[in-house]
Amino acid sequence: MTGRLARSLILWVLLLLVPFWLPMVGGYTALASRILVYALCAMGLNLLLGFTGMMSFGQAAYFGLGGYGAGLVLVHLSGSSWLAVLAGTVLGGAAAFLLGPVVMRRRGIYFAMITVAVGQIFFFVAERWDSLTGGEDGLTGFSRQPLHFGGYVLPLSDVPFYYFVLFFFALAAGVMALVLRSPLGHSFVAIRENRRRAAFLGIHVERYVWAAFAFAGLIGGLAGALNALQNNFVSPENLYWVESGNFVIIAVLGGMRSFWGPLIGSIIFIGIQDYVSSLFPNNWESLIGVLFIIVVLFFPNGILGIIRRRAGLA
Amino acid sequence: MSLLELKNVSRVFGKLTALEDVSLEMEEGELYAVIGPNGAGKTTLFNLISGFFPATSGEIRFDGVEVTRLSPERRVAAGLVRTFQITEIFPELSVFENIRIGVEAQLGCSAQPWPSRGLARRIDRRVEELLAITALSSQGGRRASVLTHGDQRVVEVTMALSLKPRLLLLDEPTAGMGRAETQHMVNLIRSLHQEQKLSILFIEHDMDVVFGIADRISVLNAGRVLATGTPKEIAANPRVQTAYLGEAA
Ligand SMILES: Nc1ncnc2c1ncn2[C@@H]1O[C@H](COP(=O)(O)OP(=O)(O)OP(=O)(O)O)[C@@H](O)[C@H]1O
Ligand SMILES: [Mg+2]
Repeated sequence: MTGRLARSLILWVLLLLVPFWLPMVGGYTALASRILVYALCAMGLNLLLGFTGMMSFGQAAYFGLGGYGAGLVLVHLSGSSWLAVLAGTVLGGAAAFLLGPVVMRRRGIYFAMITVAVGQIFFFVAERWDSLTGGEDGLTGFSRQPLHFGGYVLPLSDVPFYYFVLFFFALAAGVMALVLRSPLGHSFVAIRENRRRAAFLGIHVERYVWAAFAFAGLIGGLAGALNALQNNFVSPENLYWVESGNFVIIAVLGGMRSFWGPLIGSIIFIGIQDYVSSLFPNNWESLIGVLFIIVVLFFPNGILGIIRRRAGLA
Repeated sequence: MSLLELKNVSRVFGKLTALEDVSLEMEEGELYAVIGPNGAGKTTLFNLISGFFPATSGEIRFDGVEVTRLSPERRVAAGLVRTFQITEIFPELSVFENIRIGVEAQLGCSAQPWPSRGLARRIDRRVEELLAITALSSQGGRRASVLTHGDQRVVEVTMALSLKPRLLLLDEPTAGMGRAETQHMVNLIRSLHQEQKLSILFIEHDMDVVFGIADRISVLNAGRVLATGTPKEIAANPRVQTAYLGEAA
Protein backbone atom coordinates (compact mmCIF):
# COMPACT_ATOMS: atom_id res chain seq x y z
CA MET A 1 0.00 0.00 0.00
CA THR A 2 2.75 2.45 0.88
CA GLY A 3 4.63 1.32 -2.24
CA ARG A 4 1.57 2.19 -4.25
CA LEU A 5 1.35 5.61 -2.63
CA ALA A 6 5.03 6.24 -3.32
CA ARG A 7 4.62 5.26 -6.95
CA SER A 8 1.70 7.55 -7.58
CA LEU A 9 3.52 10.36 -5.78
CA ILE A 10 6.48 9.89 -8.13
CA LEU A 11 4.15 9.86 -11.13
CA TRP A 12 2.47 13.13 -10.18
CA VAL A 13 5.76 14.84 -9.32
CA LEU A 14 7.18 13.79 -12.69
CA LEU A 15 4.07 15.09 -14.45
CA LEU A 16 4.19 18.37 -12.54
CA LEU A 17 7.83 18.93 -13.45
CA VAL A 18 7.58 17.99 -17.13
CA PRO A 19 8.48 21.49 -18.45
CA PHE A 20 11.73 21.29 -16.46
CA TRP A 21 13.02 17.85 -17.26
CA LEU A 22 11.49 16.95 -20.63
CA PRO A 23 13.55 19.46 -22.67
CA MET A 24 16.70 18.06 -21.02
CA VAL A 25 16.04 14.62 -22.48
CA GLY A 26 15.27 15.97 -25.94
CA GLY A 27 11.51 16.45 -25.69
CA TYR A 28 9.39 19.57 -25.60
CA THR A 29 6.46 20.60 -23.46
CA ALA A 30 3.82 20.63 -26.21
CA LEU A 31 4.66 16.98 -26.87
CA ALA A 32 3.79 16.17 -23.27
CA SER A 33 0.45 17.99 -23.64
CA ARG A 34 -0.33 15.82 -26.66
CA ILE A 35 0.64 12.69 -24.76
CA LEU A 36 -1.70 13.61 -21.90
CA VAL A 37 -4.58 14.39 -24.25
CA TYR A 38 -4.31 11.05 -26.05
CA ALA A 39 -3.73 9.22 -22.78
CA LEU A 40 -6.86 10.80 -21.32
CA CYS A 41 -9.02 9.79 -24.27
CA ALA A 42 -7.64 6.23 -24.17
CA MET A 43 -8.19 6.03 -20.41
CA GLY A 44 -11.81 6.97 -21.02
CA LEU A 45 -12.06 4.30 -23.70
CA ASN A 46 -10.43 1.86 -21.32
CA LEU A 47 -13.40 2.15 -18.97
CA LEU A 48 -15.22 0.18 -21.64
CA LEU A 49 -12.37 -1.84 -23.08
CA GLY A 50 -10.40 -2.87 -20.02
CA PHE A 51 -12.87 -2.55 -17.19
CA THR A 52 -16.28 -3.42 -18.63
CA GLY A 53 -14.84 -5.74 -21.28
CA MET A 54 -16.67 -4.09 -24.18
CA MET A 55 -14.68 -3.71 -27.39
CA SER A 56 -15.55 -0.17 -28.45
CA PHE A 57 -14.16 0.97 -31.78
CA GLY A 58 -15.82 4.35 -31.90
CA GLN A 59 -14.11 6.46 -29.26
CA ALA A 60 -12.90 8.99 -31.85
CA ALA A 61 -16.49 10.10 -32.44
CA TYR A 62 -16.62 11.66 -28.97
CA PHE A 63 -13.06 12.89 -29.19
CA GLY A 64 -13.93 14.67 -32.44
CA LEU A 65 -17.24 15.98 -31.14
CA GLY A 66 -15.44 17.40 -28.13
CA GLY A 67 -13.08 19.14 -30.51
CA TYR A 68 -15.84 20.63 -32.64
CA GLY A 69 -17.77 21.64 -29.52
CA ALA A 70 -14.78 23.52 -28.14
CA GLY A 71 -13.82 25.03 -31.49
CA LEU A 72 -17.33 26.21 -32.32
CA VAL A 73 -17.69 27.90 -28.96
CA LEU A 74 -14.48 29.83 -29.56
CA VAL A 75 -15.45 30.72 -33.13
CA HIS A 76 -19.05 31.79 -32.48
CA LEU A 77 -19.83 32.23 -28.83
CA SER A 78 -17.21 33.22 -26.39
CA GLY A 79 -13.55 33.82 -25.79
CA SER A 80 -13.36 31.58 -22.77
CA SER A 81 -11.10 28.56 -22.95
CA TRP A 82 -12.85 27.16 -19.88
CA LEU A 83 -16.22 27.38 -21.56
CA ALA A 84 -14.78 25.78 -24.70
CA VAL A 85 -13.55 22.79 -22.69
CA LEU A 86 -16.85 22.53 -20.87
CA ALA A 87 -18.82 22.63 -24.12
CA GLY A 88 -16.68 19.95 -25.76
CA THR A 89 -16.94 17.69 -22.73
CA VAL A 90 -20.71 18.04 -22.49
CA LEU A 91 -21.14 17.48 -26.23
CA GLY A 92 -19.07 14.29 -26.20
CA GLY A 93 -20.78 12.99 -23.08
CA ALA A 94 -24.29 13.88 -24.27
CA ALA A 95 -23.78 12.24 -27.66
CA ALA A 96 -22.52 9.03 -26.06
CA PHE A 97 -25.34 9.12 -23.54
CA LEU A 98 -27.98 9.48 -26.26
CA LEU A 99 -26.41 6.78 -28.42
CA GLY A 100 -25.92 4.36 -25.54
CA PRO A 101 -29.28 2.64 -26.02
CA VAL A 102 -28.37 1.97 -29.66
CA VAL A 103 -25.17 0.12 -28.80
CA MET A 104 -25.76 -1.36 -25.35
CA ARG A 105 -27.59 -4.49 -26.43
CA ARG A 106 -24.84 -5.68 -28.77
CA ARG A 107 -22.04 -7.93 -27.66
CA GLY A 108 -18.53 -8.81 -28.81
CA ILE A 109 -17.81 -8.10 -32.45
CA TYR A 110 -21.31 -6.70 -32.99
CA PHE A 111 -20.69 -4.13 -30.32
CA ALA A 112 -17.42 -3.18 -32.01
CA MET A 113 -19.18 -2.88 -35.36
CA ILE A 114 -22.05 -0.74 -34.16
CA THR A 115 -19.69 1.61 -32.33
CA VAL A 116 -17.69 2.09 -35.53
CA ALA A 117 -20.84 2.61 -37.59
CA VAL A 118 -22.25 5.18 -35.19
CA GLY A 119 -18.89 6.95 -35.10
CA GLN A 120 -18.67 7.11 -38.88
CA ILE A 121 -21.98 8.96 -39.05
CA PHE A 122 -20.40 11.88 -37.23
CA PHE A 123 -17.45 11.78 -39.59
CA PHE A 124 -19.66 12.04 -42.66
CA VAL A 125 -21.76 14.79 -41.16
CA ALA A 126 -18.67 16.81 -40.22
CA GLU A 127 -17.22 16.36 -43.69
CA ARG A 128 -20.40 17.43 -45.51
CA TRP A 129 -21.64 20.24 -43.30
CA ASP A 130 -19.14 22.75 -44.66
CA SER A 131 -20.83 25.88 -43.37
CA LEU A 132 -20.60 24.79 -39.77
CA THR A 133 -17.57 22.55 -39.57
CA GLY A 134 -15.37 23.74 -42.41
CA GLY A 135 -15.89 20.36 -44.11
CA GLU A 136 -12.86 18.40 -45.24
CA ASP A 137 -10.56 21.32 -44.50
CA GLY A 138 -11.47 21.20 -40.84
CA LEU A 139 -12.50 23.88 -38.41
CA THR A 140 -10.15 26.86 -38.15
CA GLY A 141 -10.45 30.50 -37.19
CA PHE A 142 -10.05 30.09 -33.46
CA SER A 143 -7.20 29.98 -31.03
CA ARG A 144 -7.04 29.17 -27.38
CA GLN A 145 -7.73 32.23 -25.29
CA PRO A 146 -5.83 33.53 -22.29
CA LEU A 147 -7.19 32.66 -18.87
CA HIS A 148 -8.39 35.44 -16.60
CA PHE A 149 -7.88 35.14 -12.86
CA GLY A 150 -9.40 38.30 -11.39
CA GLY A 151 -7.28 41.02 -12.92
CA TYR A 152 -4.45 38.69 -13.88
CA VAL A 153 -4.27 37.44 -17.47
CA LEU A 154 -2.43 34.22 -18.28
CA PRO A 155 -1.74 33.62 -21.97
CA LEU A 156 -1.87 29.91 -22.81
CA SER A 157 1.55 29.53 -24.35
CA ASP A 158 3.07 26.03 -24.34
CA VAL A 159 4.00 25.72 -20.68
CA PRO A 160 0.85 27.24 -19.14
CA PHE A 161 -1.20 25.21 -21.59
CA TYR A 162 0.54 22.05 -20.40
CA TYR A 163 -0.61 22.85 -16.87
CA PHE A 164 -4.09 23.61 -18.16
CA VAL A 165 -4.17 20.12 -19.71
CA LEU A 166 -2.61 18.52 -16.63
CA PHE A 167 -5.29 20.12 -14.47
CA PHE A 168 -8.08 18.46 -16.47
CA PHE A 169 -6.12 15.24 -16.77
CA ALA A 170 -5.74 15.04 -12.99
CA LEU A 171 -9.38 15.91 -12.42
CA ALA A 172 -10.64 13.29 -14.85
CA ALA A 173 -8.18 10.64 -13.65
CA GLY A 174 -9.31 11.29 -10.08
CA VAL A 175 -12.97 10.90 -10.96
CA MET A 176 -12.32 7.74 -12.98
CA ALA A 177 -10.24 6.21 -10.19
CA LEU A 178 -12.94 6.95 -7.62
CA VAL A 179 -15.67 5.49 -9.78
CA LEU A 180 -13.67 2.35 -10.46
CA ARG A 181 -13.35 1.88 -6.71
CA SER A 182 -17.09 2.35 -6.15
CA PRO A 183 -19.85 -0.25 -6.41
CA LEU A 184 -20.51 1.03 -9.94
CA GLY A 185 -16.91 0.26 -10.91
CA HIS A 186 -17.17 -3.17 -9.30
CA SER A 187 -20.26 -3.82 -11.41
CA PHE A 188 -18.37 -2.87 -14.59
CA VAL A 189 -15.65 -5.38 -13.74
CA ALA A 190 -18.23 -8.03 -12.84
CA ILE A 191 -19.69 -7.68 -16.34
CA ARG A 192 -16.25 -8.10 -17.88
CA GLU A 193 -15.53 -11.18 -15.79
CA ASN A 194 -18.81 -13.06 -16.12
CA ARG A 195 -21.71 -11.34 -17.75
CA ARG A 196 -24.17 -14.14 -17.10
CA ARG A 197 -23.31 -14.30 -13.43
CA ALA A 198 -23.53 -10.54 -13.09
CA ALA A 199 -26.97 -10.58 -14.68
CA PHE A 200 -28.15 -13.23 -12.30
CA LEU A 201 -26.97 -11.22 -9.33
CA GLY A 202 -29.52 -8.66 -10.46
CA ILE A 203 -27.12 -6.36 -12.29
CA HIS A 204 -28.90 -5.00 -15.37
CA VAL A 205 -25.95 -5.48 -17.68
CA GLU A 206 -27.18 -3.30 -20.53
CA ARG A 207 -27.75 -0.26 -18.34
CA TYR A 208 -24.22 -0.54 -17.01
CA VAL A 209 -22.78 -0.84 -20.51
CA TRP A 210 -24.72 2.31 -21.30
CA ALA A 211 -23.27 4.07 -18.26
CA ALA A 212 -19.72 3.03 -19.13
CA PHE A 213 -20.25 4.11 -22.74
CA ALA A 214 -21.51 7.55 -21.71
CA PHE A 215 -18.69 7.94 -19.22
CA ALA A 216 -16.12 7.01 -21.87
CA GLY A 217 -17.73 9.52 -24.25
CA LEU A 218 -17.60 12.26 -21.63
CA ILE A 219 -13.88 11.72 -21.07
CA GLY A 220 -13.38 11.46 -24.84
CA GLY A 221 -15.16 14.79 -25.28
CA LEU A 222 -12.93 16.43 -22.68
CA ALA A 223 -9.79 15.08 -24.35
CA GLY A 224 -11.07 16.19 -27.75
CA ALA A 225 -11.74 19.71 -26.50
CA LEU A 226 -8.21 19.93 -25.11
CA ASN A 227 -6.89 18.59 -28.40
CA ALA A 228 -8.72 21.33 -30.32
CA LEU A 229 -7.18 23.97 -28.07
CA GLN A 230 -3.77 22.39 -28.44
CA ASN A 231 -3.89 22.53 -32.25
CA ASN A 232 -6.18 25.55 -32.69
CA PHE A 233 -7.76 23.32 -35.28
CA VAL A 234 -10.25 20.44 -35.55
CA SER A 235 -10.09 17.97 -38.41
CA PRO A 236 -12.79 15.50 -39.46
CA GLU A 237 -9.96 12.97 -39.17
CA ASN A 238 -10.36 13.34 -35.41
CA LEU A 239 -13.75 11.63 -35.81
CA TYR A 240 -12.56 8.96 -38.22
CA TRP A 241 -12.48 5.26 -37.33
CA VAL A 242 -8.71 5.21 -37.83
CA GLU A 243 -8.41 7.61 -34.92
CA SER A 244 -10.60 5.25 -32.88
CA GLY A 245 -8.15 2.50 -33.76
CA ASN A 246 -5.32 4.67 -32.45
CA PHE A 247 -6.99 4.90 -29.07
CA VAL A 248 -7.49 1.14 -28.97
CA ILE A 249 -3.81 0.65 -29.85
CA ILE A 250 -2.74 3.08 -27.13
CA ALA A 251 -4.82 1.26 -24.51
CA VAL A 252 -3.69 -2.21 -25.60
CA LEU A 253 -0.02 -1.21 -25.94
CA GLY A 254 0.11 0.23 -22.47
CA GLY A 255 -2.10 -2.38 -20.84
CA MET A 256 -5.89 -2.55 -20.81
CA ARG A 257 -6.16 -4.14 -17.42
CA SER A 258 -4.41 -1.33 -15.60
CA PHE A 259 -5.64 2.14 -14.89
CA TRP A 260 -2.39 3.83 -16.02
CA GLY A 261 -1.77 1.53 -18.96
CA PRO A 262 -3.10 4.00 -21.55
CA LEU A 263 -0.72 6.69 -20.27
CA ILE A 264 2.24 4.39 -20.94
CA GLY A 265 0.67 3.49 -24.30
CA SER A 266 0.32 7.15 -25.18
CA ILE A 267 3.92 7.94 -24.25
CA ILE A 268 5.07 5.18 -26.59
CA PHE A 269 2.59 5.91 -29.39
CA ILE A 270 2.90 9.69 -29.47
CA GLY A 271 6.63 9.45 -28.73
CA ILE A 272 7.24 7.14 -31.68
CA GLN A 273 4.96 9.22 -33.88
CA ASP A 274 6.90 12.37 -33.03
CA TYR A 275 10.42 11.03 -33.03
CA VAL A 276 10.36 8.40 -35.76
CA SER A 277 8.19 10.41 -38.11
CA SER A 278 10.82 13.14 -38.15
CA LEU A 279 13.41 10.54 -39.22
CA PHE A 280 11.29 8.31 -41.48
CA PRO A 281 8.05 10.11 -42.27
CA ASN A 282 6.40 7.05 -43.79
CA ASN A 283 7.49 4.33 -41.45
CA TRP A 284 6.38 5.25 -37.98
CA GLU A 285 3.07 3.51 -38.43
CA SER A 286 4.73 0.25 -39.39
CA LEU A 287 6.84 0.46 -36.25
CA ILE A 288 3.71 0.95 -34.15
CA GLY A 289 2.11 -1.94 -36.01
CA VAL A 290 4.98 -4.32 -35.29
CA LEU A 291 5.08 -3.25 -31.65
CA PHE A 292 1.34 -3.72 -31.39
CA ILE A 293 1.50 -7.24 -32.79
CA ILE A 294 4.31 -8.20 -30.42
CA VAL A 295 2.38 -6.90 -27.43
CA VAL A 296 -0.87 -8.58 -28.44
CA LEU A 297 0.84 -11.92 -29.07
CA PHE A 298 3.23 -12.07 -26.15
CA PHE A 299 2.24 -9.50 -23.54
CA PRO A 300 -1.51 -9.42 -23.15
CA ASN A 301 -1.15 -7.12 -20.14
CA GLY A 302 0.71 -4.53 -22.18
CA ILE A 303 3.93 -2.69 -21.51
CA LEU A 304 2.83 -1.70 -18.03
CA GLY A 305 2.17 -5.38 -17.38
CA ILE A 306 5.79 -6.18 -18.32
CA ILE A 307 7.12 -3.41 -16.08
CA ARG A 308 4.99 -4.60 -13.19
CA ARG A 309 6.09 -8.21 -13.58
CA ARG A 310 9.74 -7.17 -13.77
CA ALA A 311 9.32 -5.19 -10.60
CA GLY A 312 7.56 -8.14 -8.98
CA LEU A 313 4.40 -6.14 -8.42
CA ALA A 314 1.92 -8.21 -10.36
CA MET B 1 -48.62 -22.72 3.98
CA SER B 2 -45.72 -24.22 2.06
CA LEU B 3 -42.65 -22.18 1.28
CA LEU B 4 -42.43 -23.54 -2.25
CA GLU B 5 -45.25 -25.17 -4.14
CA LEU B 6 -45.23 -26.58 -7.66
CA LYS B 7 -48.55 -27.60 -9.22
CA ASN B 8 -48.53 -29.74 -12.37
CA VAL B 9 -45.49 -28.02 -13.79
CA SER B 10 -44.35 -29.09 -17.26
CA ARG B 11 -41.61 -27.98 -19.60
CA VAL B 12 -41.31 -28.95 -23.24
CA PHE B 13 -38.24 -28.42 -25.45
CA GLY B 14 -39.42 -28.94 -29.03
CA LYS B 15 -40.38 -32.61 -29.06
CA LEU B 16 -38.79 -33.41 -25.72
CA THR B 17 -40.89 -33.23 -22.59
CA ALA B 18 -38.19 -32.55 -20.00
CA LEU B 19 -40.67 -32.23 -17.13
CA GLU B 20 -44.20 -33.54 -17.02
CA ASP B 21 -46.85 -32.72 -14.40
CA VAL B 22 -44.39 -32.19 -11.59
CA SER B 23 -46.00 -31.31 -8.25
CA LEU B 24 -44.18 -30.87 -4.99
CA GLU B 25 -44.39 -28.93 -1.78
CA MET B 26 -41.56 -27.84 0.43
CA GLU B 27 -41.97 -26.46 3.94
CA GLU B 28 -40.08 -23.61 5.53
CA GLY B 29 -36.90 -24.85 7.22
CA GLU B 30 -36.69 -28.10 5.27
CA LEU B 31 -33.54 -29.59 3.79
CA TYR B 32 -34.98 -31.14 0.68
CA ALA B 33 -33.17 -33.25 -1.91
CA VAL B 34 -34.01 -33.90 -5.54
CA ILE B 35 -32.41 -37.01 -6.98
CA GLY B 36 -32.68 -38.86 -10.25
CA PRO B 37 -30.58 -40.26 -13.11
CA ASN B 38 -28.82 -38.06 -15.66
CA GLY B 39 -31.24 -36.23 -17.87
CA ALA B 40 -34.14 -36.78 -15.47
CA GLY B 41 -34.94 -33.06 -15.55
CA LYS B 42 -33.46 -31.94 -12.22
CA THR B 43 -31.60 -28.89 -13.54
CA THR B 44 -34.61 -28.04 -15.69
CA LEU B 45 -36.69 -28.05 -12.51
CA PHE B 46 -34.25 -25.54 -10.96
CA ASN B 47 -34.34 -23.40 -14.09
CA LEU B 48 -38.11 -23.20 -13.84
CA ILE B 49 -38.09 -22.42 -10.13
CA SER B 50 -35.41 -19.74 -10.51
CA GLY B 51 -36.99 -18.30 -13.64
CA PHE B 52 -34.19 -19.08 -16.06
CA PHE B 53 -36.86 -20.10 -18.48
CA PRO B 54 -40.62 -20.23 -18.14
CA ALA B 55 -42.70 -23.31 -17.45
CA THR B 56 -44.70 -24.49 -20.43
CA SER B 57 -47.64 -25.06 -18.10
CA GLY B 58 -48.40 -25.32 -14.42
CA GLU B 59 -47.96 -23.02 -11.49
CA ILE B 60 -45.10 -22.16 -9.13
CA ARG B 61 -45.76 -20.43 -5.80
CA PHE B 62 -43.17 -19.07 -3.44
CA ASP B 63 -44.34 -18.16 0.04
CA GLY B 64 -47.90 -18.18 -1.21
CA VAL B 65 -47.24 -15.78 -4.06
CA GLU B 66 -47.38 -16.96 -7.65
CA VAL B 67 -43.98 -16.47 -9.30
CA THR B 68 -44.47 -18.60 -12.44
CA ARG B 69 -43.84 -15.72 -14.79
CA LEU B 70 -41.57 -13.51 -12.71
CA SER B 71 -38.10 -12.56 -14.02
CA PRO B 72 -35.08 -14.23 -12.37
CA GLU B 73 -34.08 -10.90 -10.77
CA ARG B 74 -37.50 -10.46 -9.18
CA ARG B 75 -37.32 -13.97 -7.80
CA VAL B 76 -33.86 -13.31 -6.36
CA ALA B 77 -35.26 -10.19 -4.72
CA ALA B 78 -38.04 -12.31 -3.25
CA GLY B 79 -35.42 -14.61 -1.72
CA LEU B 80 -35.28 -17.41 -4.28
CA VAL B 81 -31.55 -17.87 -4.95
CA ARG B 82 -29.70 -20.61 -6.78
CA THR B 83 -26.23 -21.87 -7.56
CA PHE B 84 -25.26 -23.53 -10.81
CA GLN B 85 -24.25 -27.06 -11.73
CA ILE B 86 -21.16 -25.63 -13.43
CA THR B 87 -19.43 -23.15 -11.14
CA GLU B 88 -20.23 -19.55 -12.04
CA ILE B 89 -17.96 -17.08 -10.29
CA PHE B 90 -15.75 -14.13 -11.28
CA PRO B 91 -12.50 -16.04 -11.79
CA GLU B 92 -9.99 -13.20 -12.04
CA LEU B 93 -11.30 -11.35 -9.00
CA SER B 94 -10.37 -12.06 -5.41
CA VAL B 95 -12.71 -14.07 -3.22
CA PHE B 96 -13.50 -10.90 -1.31
CA GLU B 97 -14.34 -9.03 -4.53
CA ASN B 98 -16.55 -11.89 -5.70
CA ILE B 99 -18.66 -11.73 -2.58
CA ARG B 100 -18.66 -7.94 -2.55
CA ILE B 101 -20.43 -7.87 -5.91
CA GLY B 102 -23.18 -10.01 -4.44
CA VAL B 103 -23.46 -7.88 -1.31
CA GLU B 104 -23.67 -4.67 -3.33
CA ALA B 105 -26.37 -6.20 -5.50
CA GLN B 106 -28.32 -7.28 -2.42
CA LEU B 107 -28.06 -3.81 -0.90
CA GLY B 108 -29.32 -2.38 -4.18
CA CYS B 109 -26.28 -0.11 -4.58
CA SER B 110 -24.56 -1.73 -7.58
CA ALA B 111 -24.96 1.48 -9.57
CA GLN B 112 -23.63 3.76 -6.84
CA PRO B 113 -20.63 5.75 -8.16
CA TRP B 114 -20.08 7.70 -4.98
CA PRO B 115 -20.64 5.56 -1.87
CA SER B 116 -20.56 7.24 1.52
CA ARG B 117 -17.96 6.01 3.99
CA GLY B 118 -20.71 4.46 6.02
CA LEU B 119 -22.00 2.46 3.08
CA ALA B 120 -18.51 1.33 2.08
CA ARG B 121 -17.87 0.14 5.63
CA ARG B 122 -21.20 -1.62 5.79
CA ILE B 123 -20.44 -3.46 2.55
CA ASP B 124 -17.00 -4.57 3.78
CA ARG B 125 -18.36 -5.71 7.11
CA ARG B 126 -21.09 -7.76 5.46
CA VAL B 127 -18.53 -9.43 3.16
CA GLU B 128 -16.34 -10.34 6.14
CA GLU B 129 -19.37 -11.73 7.93
CA LEU B 130 -20.28 -13.96 5.00
CA LEU B 131 -16.70 -15.17 4.54
CA ALA B 132 -16.69 -16.11 8.22
CA ILE B 133 -19.92 -18.10 7.88
CA THR B 134 -18.48 -20.24 5.09
CA ALA B 135 -14.96 -20.38 6.59
CA LEU B 136 -13.39 -18.52 3.67
CA SER B 137 -11.96 -15.63 5.69
CA SER B 138 -8.36 -16.77 5.25
CA GLN B 139 -8.86 -16.99 1.45
CA GLY B 140 -10.40 -13.53 1.01
CA GLY B 141 -7.41 -11.99 -0.73
CA ARG B 142 -6.75 -14.85 -3.14
CA ARG B 143 -7.78 -14.85 -6.77
CA ALA B 144 -10.82 -17.13 -7.15
CA SER B 145 -9.32 -18.98 -10.12
CA VAL B 146 -6.40 -20.31 -8.06
CA LEU B 147 -8.63 -21.91 -5.41
CA THR B 148 -9.33 -25.63 -5.39
CA HIS B 149 -12.49 -26.74 -7.14
CA GLY B 150 -14.08 -27.37 -3.76
CA ASP B 151 -13.34 -23.89 -2.49
CA GLN B 152 -14.64 -22.35 -5.72
CA ARG B 153 -17.93 -24.12 -5.07
CA VAL B 154 -17.94 -22.68 -1.57
CA VAL B 155 -17.34 -19.22 -3.07
CA GLU B 156 -20.38 -19.75 -5.22
CA VAL B 157 -22.50 -20.78 -2.26
CA THR B 158 -21.25 -17.73 -0.36
CA MET B 159 -22.19 -15.51 -3.28
CA ALA B 160 -25.67 -17.00 -3.19
CA LEU B 161 -25.82 -16.33 0.57
CA SER B 162 -24.85 -12.71 -0.02
CA LEU B 163 -28.23 -12.27 -1.71
CA LYS B 164 -30.00 -13.16 1.57
CA PRO B 165 -31.96 -16.16 0.32
CA ARG B 166 -35.04 -17.47 2.02
CA LEU B 167 -34.78 -20.56 -0.12
CA LEU B 168 -31.40 -21.66 -1.37
CA LEU B 169 -31.28 -23.89 -4.46
CA LEU B 170 -28.03 -25.83 -4.86
CA ASP B 171 -27.44 -27.70 -8.12
CA GLU B 172 -25.08 -30.60 -7.35
CA PRO B 173 -23.01 -28.78 -4.74
CA THR B 174 -20.56 -31.68 -4.38
CA ALA B 175 -20.15 -32.49 -8.09
CA GLY B 176 -16.56 -33.33 -8.98
CA MET B 177 -15.34 -33.21 -5.39
CA GLY B 178 -13.11 -35.62 -3.52
CA ARG B 179 -14.05 -37.13 -0.15
CA ALA B 180 -12.65 -34.37 2.03
CA GLU B 181 -14.13 -31.61 -0.09
CA THR B 182 -17.50 -33.35 -0.15
CA GLN B 183 -17.46 -33.69 3.64
CA HIS B 184 -16.61 -30.00 3.94
CA MET B 185 -19.54 -29.04 1.70
CA VAL B 186 -21.90 -31.36 3.56
CA ASN B 187 -20.90 -29.75 6.85
CA LEU B 188 -21.46 -26.33 5.33
CA ILE B 189 -24.93 -27.24 4.05
CA ARG B 190 -25.83 -28.70 7.43
CA SER B 191 -24.66 -25.62 9.28
CA LEU B 192 -26.51 -23.29 6.90
CA HIS B 193 -29.61 -25.31 7.55
CA GLN B 194 -29.25 -25.58 11.31
CA GLU B 195 -27.47 -22.39 12.32
CA GLN B 196 -28.63 -19.94 9.65
CA LYS B 197 -32.08 -21.57 9.60
CA LEU B 198 -32.08 -21.67 5.83
CA SER B 199 -34.50 -23.67 3.76
CA ILE B 200 -32.43 -25.56 1.20
CA LEU B 201 -33.44 -27.47 -1.91
CA PHE B 202 -30.55 -29.37 -3.46
CA ILE B 203 -29.85 -31.69 -6.35
CA GLU B 204 -27.36 -34.41 -5.56
CA HIS B 205 -25.96 -37.59 -7.07
CA ASP B 206 -24.01 -38.77 -4.02
CA MET B 207 -26.46 -41.05 -2.18
CA ASP B 208 -24.44 -41.01 1.05
CA VAL B 209 -24.84 -37.25 1.14
CA VAL B 210 -28.54 -37.35 0.29
CA PHE B 211 -29.53 -40.00 2.78
CA GLY B 212 -27.19 -38.51 5.37
CA ILE B 213 -28.65 -35.01 5.54
CA ALA B 214 -31.97 -34.63 3.71
CA ASP B 215 -35.23 -34.25 5.62
CA ARG B 216 -37.19 -35.24 2.54
CA ILE B 217 -36.42 -36.48 -0.94
CA SER B 218 -38.16 -36.36 -4.30
CA VAL B 219 -37.07 -38.81 -6.96
CA LEU B 220 -37.29 -37.60 -10.53
CA ASN B 221 -37.21 -39.99 -13.44
CA ALA B 222 -37.68 -39.14 -17.11
CA GLY B 223 -39.32 -35.85 -16.23
CA ARG B 224 -41.80 -37.24 -13.69
CA VAL B 225 -41.83 -37.42 -9.91
CA LEU B 226 -41.48 -41.09 -9.09
CA ALA B 227 -41.76 -40.74 -5.32
CA THR B 228 -41.50 -38.26 -2.50
CA GLY B 229 -40.80 -39.05 1.15
CA THR B 230 -38.37 -39.26 4.03
CA PRO B 231 -35.03 -40.97 3.37
CA LYS B 232 -36.40 -44.11 5.05
CA GLU B 233 -39.50 -44.18 2.87
CA ILE B 234 -37.49 -43.58 -0.29
CA ALA B 235 -34.97 -46.28 0.55
CA ALA B 236 -37.81 -48.73 1.08
CA ASN B 237 -39.80 -47.78 -2.03
CA PRO B 238 -39.71 -50.67 -4.50
CA ARG B 239 -40.35 -48.46 -7.55
CA VAL B 240 -37.38 -46.30 -6.67
CA GLN B 241 -35.33 -49.44 -6.10
CA THR B 242 -35.93 -50.73 -9.61
CA ALA B 243 -35.97 -47.45 -11.48
CA TYR B 244 -33.02 -45.78 -9.93
CA LEU B 245 -31.31 -46.95 -6.78
CA GLY B 246 -31.06 -50.48 -8.09
CA GLU B 247 -29.03 -49.58 -11.15
CA ALA B 248 -26.97 -46.97 -9.33
CA ALA B 249 -25.91 -49.45 -6.64
N1 LIG C 1 -32.27 -25.52 -22.76
C1 LIG C 1 -32.58 -26.76 -23.20
N2 LIG C 1 -32.92 -26.95 -24.49
C2 LIG C 1 -33.22 -28.19 -24.93
N3 LIG C 1 -33.20 -29.29 -24.17
C3 LIG C 1 -32.84 -29.15 -22.88
C4 LIG C 1 -32.52 -27.89 -22.33
N4 LIG C 1 -32.21 -28.06 -21.02
C5 LIG C 1 -32.34 -29.37 -20.78
N5 LIG C 1 -32.73 -30.03 -21.88
C6 LIG C 1 -33.00 -31.46 -21.96
O1 LIG C 1 -33.90 -31.79 -20.92
C7 LIG C 1 -33.56 -33.03 -20.34
C8 LIG C 1 -33.34 -32.86 -18.86
O2 LIG C 1 -32.12 -32.13 -18.65
P1 LIG C 1 -31.64 -31.65 -17.23
O3 LIG C 1 -30.42 -30.83 -17.46
O4 LIG C 1 -32.74 -31.04 -16.51
O5 LIG C 1 -31.23 -33.03 -16.54
P2 LIG C 1 -30.58 -33.30 -15.13
O6 LIG C 1 -31.53 -34.15 -14.39
O7 LIG C 1 -30.15 -32.04 -14.50
O8 LIG C 1 -29.32 -34.18 -15.55
P3 LIG C 1 -27.84 -34.23 -14.94
O9 LIG C 1 -27.92 -35.15 -13.77
O10 LIG C 1 -27.04 -34.82 -16.04
O11 LIG C 1 -27.45 -32.84 -14.60
C9 LIG C 1 -32.33 -33.54 -21.08
O12 LIG C 1 -32.74 -34.46 -22.07
C10 LIG C 1 -31.78 -32.29 -21.71
O13 LIG C 1 -31.10 -32.60 -22.90
MG1 LIG D 1 -28.36 -31.19 -13.98
